[in-house]
Amino acid sequence: MRLFNIILGVAVVGPLGFFGIKEIIADPVYFLELFLGGLTRGSIYALIALGYTMVYGIIQLINFAHGEIYMIGAMTALIVASVLGLWGWNSAVIVILAIVFAIVYSCAYGFTVEKIAYKPLRTAPRLSALISAIGMSLFLQNYVMLAQTPEFMPFESLIPDFQFWEPFAHIITAVEMTIIVTTVITMILLGMLIKFTKIGKAMRATAQDKIMASLVGINVNRVISTTFVVGSATAAIGGVLIACHVGQVNFFIGFLAGLKAFIAAVLGGIGSIPGAVLGSLVLGISESMFTGYFWSEYEDVFAFTILVIILIFRPSGILGKDEISKV
Amino acid sequence: MLKLKNIHTYYGNIQALKGIDLEISEGEIISLIGANGAGKSTTLMTTCGIVPAKQGSVKFKGQDITHMPSDEIVKLGICQVPEGRRIFPYLTVAENLDMGAFLRNDNDKIKKDFEYVYSLFPILAERKNQAGGTLSGGEQQMLAISRALMSRPKVLLLDEPSLGLAPIIVKQIFSIIKKINKEQKTTIFIVEQNANLALKAAHRGYVMETGMITMTDTGENLLANEDVKKAYLGI
Repeated sequence: MRLFNIILGVAVVGPLGFFGIKEIIADPVYFLELFLGGLTRGSIYALIALGYTMVYGIIQLINFAHGEIYMIGAMTALIVASVLGLWGWNSAVIVILAIVFAIVYSCAYGFTVEKIAYKPLRTAPRLSALISAIGMSLFLQNYVMLAQTPEFMPFESLIPDFQFWEPFAHIITAVEMTIIVTTVITMILLGMLIKFTKIGKAMRATAQDKIMASLVGINVNRVISTTFVVGSATAAIGGVLIACHVGQVNFFIGFLAGLKAFIAAVLGGIGSIPGAVLGSLVLGISESMFTGYFWSEYEDVFAFTILVIILIFRPSGILGKDEISKV
Repeated sequence: MLKLKNIHTYYGNIQALKGIDLEISEGEIISLIGANGAGKSTTLMTTCGIVPAKQGSVKFKGQDITHMPSDEIVKLGICQVPEGRRIFPYLTVAENLDMGAFLRNDNDKIKKDFEYVYSLFPILAERKNQAGGTLSGGEQQMLAISRALMSRPKVLLLDEPSLGLAPIIVKQIFSIIKKINKEQKTTIFIVEQNANLALKAAHRGYVMETGMITMTDTGENLLANEDVKKAYLGI
């Protein structure tokens, strides 16, 4: 079986690698563009996938309403930006305020969704909570559609193209750079929160053993709420950034982005935070390469094919861990 | 100090405790012995609010804690070292101890308590940056007791501290339990299958059978009791 896997691996990777090297040598700038484009895409996936993976880690639930939280972040940013834009405020101030408002709104929604849709089902079978999550996702989509409009709304990019960057702008735009930098900063802050703060340690402890966590005096419900709020905040940042990048927003953007981020989280190993980041970058970059070198119309098919392959050959994902336990 | 009165606890439809009465005074070491499935662990879980009683009351210093959430019970000073130790496997030894002190904010005293538990169990100081899940069984038991001590409990509940450990480690752990009782004036409640060991260490003991307390006396008297000898000591 092992030999078979190796042969299969060489058979797939070999020609791809050969093809890849040939293409890179032929046009390195194009390759770099695709790579950085993929990195941008992967960053956005990572900001969303973190919420999936953290929530899964702590209550073993795939929170399918998470994509909608991201959409609500983008919508809030759109509303804030249009109002402040009318008043003629400086665009840097608008970006910051849009992000702040998006975070506050998304966190409020994330918190409420958990309290309404998941907390009453804490002891119910997992499937009930999953169905509740799908219901919440549909509800939020339709709620935003009715409250706003089903049409796409233009989102004027808040991040200007810098003059001095013009010569390189075809490789990576200012917006893409902002996305990558913001994501890196968010990841570092989140990593420090989880590694060093008391609430971060409590989150890890609760994910590992809920009963023991409450036996040392951790309020498990509060930790779960915090996890939803933190996940919603990173998703909101992703929502604002993607709105700046794509330039339009509607009620449905959370669906596909949510699914892709979910694939990324599974690819990296659901429940693992570094896994979610790695999976997102791998998915983003490979998607970008696929659309750049092969068929761009099969972009989504490619992502879902990856999901199927992962689930068949390595269901625990790239960094998915086996239990260490000793008696 | 801690008083359980006519406790009835159920898991779904199955009744695990059928009217338990139990009392622990300050500074005592109490042992609860009994066979597998007698309801010993359930007694502790009910005390800590993990599986609340359906009927009856748990009182701590006169305050009714029967239906209090478990994290607030810990705040009052009741801390459990559960069966199977339940170390957080991916947290380091030091982080596990940190979690024991989760409810405290007095950083200077927490530091002193770190030193205190490291002096009780020097091996933990050596392993402080190692993941909890990689420790041996005995080390995990030491860590579990230390983690509980980090909350500065008034009552320490120990569930089967000897389970699966080598006799020499068991001896070491019991001598430290007695030391904690003497030095820190911590009241200790031990649940054990190893009746001989538990009754020797205890001031008083309770014997439990299928969800009911069948006997209670001083540790020495129980050790001398013919029924206990036959059923639990194998003499």
